[in-house]
Amino acid sequence: MEQTLLKVQHLQKNFGEKVILKDLNLEVRKGEVIVIIGPSGCGKSTFLRCLNALEEIQSGEVLLDGKPVRKELKSVSTMRQKIGMVFQSYDLFPHKTILENILLAPIKVQKRDRRDVEEEALNLLAKVGLADRGDDYPRQLSGGQKQRIAVVRALIMHPEILLLDEITAALDPEMVHEVLEVVLSLADKGSTMLIVTHEMAFAKAIADRVLFLEHGEIAEESNSPKDFFEKPVTERARQFLRSFEY
Amino acid sequence: MQNLGIDVLFKGTNFIRLLAGLFTAIRISLISVTLSILLGLAVGMLMTSRNKIWKTIFRIYLEIVRIMPQMVLLFVVYFGSTRVFGWNLSSEASAVVVFTFWGAAEMGDLVRGAIISIPKIQYESAAALGLLPVQTCLYVILPQTVRRLIPLSINLITRMIKTTSLVMMIGIVEVLKVAQQIIEANRRTSPNAAFGIFAVVFLLYFIICWPISRLAVYLERRWS
Repeated sequence: MEQTLLKVQHLQKNFGEKVILKDLNLEVRKGEVIVIIGPSGCGKSTFLRCLNALEEIQSGEVLLDGKPVRKELKSVSTMRQKIGMVFQSYDLFPHKTILENILLAPIKVQKRDRRDVEEEALNLLAKVGLADRGDDYPRQLSGGQKQRIAVVRALIMHPEILLLDEITAALDPEMVHEVLEVVLSLADKGSTMLIVTHEMAFAKAIADRVLFLEHGEIAEESNSPKDFFEKPVTERARQFLRSFEY
Repeated sequence: MQNLGIDVLFKGTNFIRLLAGLFTAIRISLISVTLSILLGLAVGMLMTSRNKIWKTIFRIYLEIVRIMPQMVLLFVVYFGSTRVFGWNLSSEASAVVVFTFWGAAEMGDLVRGAIISIPKIQYESAAALGLLPVQTCLYVILPQTVRRLIPLSINLITRMIKTTSLVMMIGIVEVLKVAQQIIEANRRTSPNAAFGIFAVVFLLYFIICWPISRLAVYLERRWS
């Protein structure tokens, strides 16, 4: 059994009076790909945002390599460098070229040598099929291309774990594939990932483990995605999955 | 063909005097604009702060500036305040005070608008990459704010240059006042100078403001 990388203990998140996440517990092992699904408003995006402390949590703990990830702590920037995140909306910096977008954090935050990072950036760009777009601005790229760049921008930090928050939800259908291909190749290389998605076929193909979230709780958890998608145990999961059929 | 009275322009030092008047107008607007931008940055940042008291104060300030005609402000400061408080304020200093008071409010509102127009996700994606709040501000938020701001503040500059024509009302001899003097002095010999000279003044304003406004359009296009 691989070692535990990320540990979530009794995580509780409220927005005002409203409880969003109730006493969530999760252990993520190195190299594991976990897909989180559930109806909208179930708290799955909020859950990811708690993991890199974009959201404050009311109680509980998030531990990466045994060290706490918490918004109030000074170490939060160091911890976030180890947690890559890609958002639903294209979140590139519009005033910077693609290459500058990718280089900003490694150079300014990790203080790495510009030439080394640039070489790595060009390699990564080639891997996602955008080798010649480094000098373009984000507005010159399609949604799918921007999202691939966002993945590269996260990868160049050498994160220990990647959080992907509905990264294809805002894309035109024909662009979904090109982005998911990139994610699949990362899974093949053994990246640890937590993925929130509505692409059920993709979830089934990539997941080592599936979490079904509802009302801020893990309503069903399965180590066999195939079983989960074919015959879910709980009635709630069954109803949810049925909503994807026609 | 009617005599347009342009010939008066080339009598004696008339043209040089007109240019000197224009220079006065530009000097007043440049000083005011510089002060307005500096103060406006501070005002704008305070307007976006969460402090309700600051917000209310600046809201009222902005409303006053918007509602009050600049000429009334000029009169209040130059004729009113000097008498009541007994201080010695030159007419040019009064003009700078009024234009800065006006410009800082307008600029502050532009800065506020530019800051809040940066989507929240920009802050978050920077934070997610491990950037510290200072770095986020420096590398991500400020460059975008400035890009949105520069075309807008250039428009404020041209508006300010145009509005300096009001300062003749408190005795500053700027380009419009010089024009009036020239026309008055030549009323008997060339009554049509009123057309020619004012047309030249119009042209001078145009020569100054048009390139500035083109620059704003260019930057807006380039950075949008």
